[in-house]
Amino acid sequence: MSRSDVLVSADWVQDNLDTPNVVLVEVDEDTAAYDKNHIRNAVRIDWKKDLQDPVRRDFIDQAGFEALLSAKGISNDDTVVLYGGNNNWFASYAFWYFKLYGHGDVRLLDGGRKKWELDSRDLVDGAEVPNRPATDYKAKAVDNTIRAFRDDVVAAIGNKNLVDVRSPDEFSGRLLAPAHLPQEQSQRPGHVPSARNIPWSKNANDDGTFKSDEELKALYEAENVDLAKDTIAYCRIGERSALTWFVLHQLLGQTNVKNYDGSWTEYGSLVGVPIELGSN
Amino acid sequence: MCGAKAGGPDLAGVDVASETIIQGSVTRDGEPVSGYVRLLDEGGEFTAEVPTSATGQFRFFAAPGTWTLRALVPGATVDRVVAATRGAVAEVAIAV
Repeated sequence: MSRSDVLVSADWVQDNLDTPNVVLVEVDEDTAAYDKNHIRNAVRIDWKKDLQDPVRRDFIDQAGFEALLSAKGISNDDTVVLYGGNNNWFASYAFWYFKLYGHGDVRLLDGGRKKWELDSRDLVDGAEVPNRPATDYKAKAVDNTIRAFRDDVVAAIGNKNLVDVRSPDEFSGRLLAPAHLPQEQSQRPGHVPSARNIPWSKNANDDGTFKSDEELKALYEAENVDLAKDTIAYCRIGERSALTWFVLHQLLGQTNVKNYDGSWTEYGSLVGVPIELGSN
Repeated sequence: MCGAKAGGPDLAGVDVASETIIQGSVTRDGEPVSGYVRLLDEGGEFTAEVPTSATGQFRFFAAPGTWTLRALVPGATVDRVVAATRGAVAEVAIAV
C-alpha cells in the first residue's frame, strides 16, 4: 500500500468531481456544516446519527452499514473520498469504519475541508445535494483486528505501545475535553499508565495536510514508540485516534495498530482501573 | 450577514463561573473573515481549533494560564497571546 492509495490531494478531488465511481463524502464534527456549504457532488454522512447505534454505545452493525451506504448511493466498487472539518478528525473516523466493514477503495482528502477553504476553492450551497440512486451495498463482517476494547487497553499497560493522541493538557489531566468544548465531564482526568502522549496534531501541518512519511516515521521514533510492537491509539471518543491510526496503519503500513474508540470517555469512567496524572 | 460583531459569541447558556473562556473575533478591515482559529498551549502545542462563525467569532473552553491564538485565513496567519482565568471571559480581537 502506498500513500497515494489512501490519500488524495485537493487538486485530485477538483479534477474528479464528476468522475463516475468516485464518491465524495463529507463527515464533519459539526454535522450542520454540510447544510451551510460543501464541495460539489459530495454526500454527507452524519457521524452521530448515521454511524452510531441509536440506543447503546456502539457502532451500527453490518446490516446498518449496508443500509446506510445503499441509501447514500455508494457501491462496493466505488472509490470513496472522505473529507471533513477539524483536520479530518471525523473523516478519519469514518475511514476507519469503512475499513472495519471492508470497503475496497477509500481515501482521505489531504487537509480536508480546511485545506479546501484555505485554498479558496469553490463550495456549493448546502441545498445543492447530488442525486445518487440507491444501491445494494454489501459489507464484510466487522474486522476487529483494527479495533481495541477496554480490556485490551488494560492488558496493554506496560507491555504494548499505548499512544494517547490528545493534547498535552488533556493527557496531564488539566483539561477533560478538547478546548472548543465545555469542560464539565463525568470521567476522571488523566491518562492510561505507560501511554506516550503524541498529540494527533504532530502528524499534520497547520493547513491540515499530513506530514511526509519520513517526518512521520521520525516523529514516532523520536517518541520511542517501537512500531514492531502492537500499538493501541486512543483519545477522548476515538476520532482523533482514528487519525493517528490512519497514519500508522495506512500511511506507514503498520498492521498491528488498533484504535480504541471507547477512549477516555470510557476508560476515565471505569471503576478500579489505574490512571496516571501529569505529563510524559 | 453584515459586518462583524464586537467581541466573542453570545454567552447565554454558558456556565461562565466554572469555565475558563477565551473568545473573540477575526476581522479584516473591520469585516468578519471566514477561517480558523487554533489554540496553542504554553509549549506551542495544538490544543483545539474552531472555524470562525459567519460573524467572524470563535470561543474556547481552556484552563487558567497563558495561551496563543493562531488565526488561519486564506493568505494569512496571525498569532495573539492571551492570559485566561477561571470564571472570566478573555476577549481577543484579531485583525488579519
